[in-house]
Amino acid sequence: MGRPITSVISIRGFDRKGILYVLEQSGKMEQRPHPRLLQGHVLGLMFVEVSTRTRLSFASAMMRLGGQVLDFGDPERSSFKKGEGLSDTIRVMAGYCDVIAIRHPWEGAARLAAEVSGLPVINAGDGANQHPTQTFLDLYTIQKTHGGIDGLTVGFLGDLRYSRTVQSLAGAMSHFDCRQCFISPESLRAPQHVLEELEERGVQHEQFSDLGEVLPQLDILYCTRIQEERFADRLEYEQVKSSYRVDRALLEHCGVKETLRIMHPLPRVDELSEDLDATPYAVYFQQARNGIPVRQALLAMVLGKL
Amino acid sequence: MAQQADRRELNVSAIRNGTVIDHIHSEATFKVADILQVQGEQDMVLVAMNLASSRLGKKGIIKIENRELTPDEVNKIALIAPEATLNIISNFQVVDKARVELPESIERIVKCFNPRCITNNQPIVTKFEVIESSPPALRCLYCERVMRGEDIILK
Repeated sequence: MGRPITSVISIRGFDRKGILYVLEQSGKMEQRPHPRLLQGHVLGLMFVEVSTRTRLSFASAMMRLGGQVLDFGDPERSSFKKGEGLSDTIRVMAGYCDVIAIRHPWEGAARLAAEVSGLPVINAGDGANQHPTQTFLDLYTIQKTHGGIDGLTVGFLGDLRYSRTVQSLAGAMSHFDCRQCFISPESLRAPQHVLEELEERGVQHEQFSDLGEVLPQLDILYCTRIQEERFADRLEYEQVKSSYRVDRALLEHCGVKETLRIMHPLPRVDELSEDLDATPYAVYFQQARNGIPVRQALLAMVLGKL
Repeated sequence: MAQQADRRELNVSAIRNGTVIDHIHSEATFKVADILQVQGEQDMVLVAMNLASSRLGKKGIIKIENRELTPDEVNKIALIAPEATLNIISNFQVVDKARVELPESIERIVKCFNPRCITNNQPIVTKFEVIESSPPALRCLYCERVMRGEDIILK
């Protein structure tokens, strides 16, 4: 690893080598507990947007390393309601902690936090822009389930137009030798700029409307929730919703690889049947748990402990 | 030869000291004039467009007497008219000639087109990485959106 990681703002800042280093350190974290590694350090959680699992996952990761957590609290009751600028809030918060995890609806808020706080900052989601710890835990899950990332065929399913999770993961996977399949209704296709970047990097990629056509070829099926509010026409939503429901019967009908693994950033609604939960295909709960070692590794890295 | 001499006179020799911005895409001529706020100038300003150009088809040219451009002005011109050339004139002679060129990054002079970008919601300076220079493409350092063509809005 060359330059030390001081903040984690965007997956764009990581090349193949950097990504593999984070995954390697995450693996070590999972294998061997470090209950005192971050003792005496305080993580400031600044979640200005609703989040339960990401916030708790960060808190759990910090506490498992012996660190403490200071929660900024409900934004509705904080100084934002008094009209304080974000830069000021971050500067004040920076005096109370050693590392900040921030989620904010404005895109670029985490970059600003890193600039003005003088502390290591981890982006826990800035609007539709980036959510790099999710991308790392997705990659970690893929690596764990398949023993590596190169050589896989990955299918991204659902709302590819608005999903920052899919867009970030597709970008990160472009550093690896993977075939990427984008399966969505016409109206929710992956944005042109995402496809152009894959093109520029020479990544093999295709678009599909019919999940059944590509399902037998996949090593990973990455599902996302189709959000009803994106559709002007409710009938269209109903048609799309039902066409992308993944269940045991569909997998049996299409004939999938035994090694297929199904991922989902959760929460799910209708797109993923509960009858899959007990099958070896389902790794989405494991995926959510993988957020712990990944966030432990990133916290330890930005605090100079790895 | 006579034609060449005429062109030299038209393009360069008409001002004693100052700057000539040549090879502007014709339709961008008045945008460049706006960037330079030539309407406030006291000295001579010549603005011409739809001149014949072998490279551009039709081009514009702006001559401003007794004026040197600031780096921000040059960067703005490079965004609007990436083909433009700058001629520095001293005593009727071209003493320096260069194509406008965007640096690797630019600050302040462009507004991010993304309404949800932090730069449009908090009083902070905009910063962009120049990912392509001609035609220009900029990536906002904050929200990471890429802007091209009409999306590039000068401040």
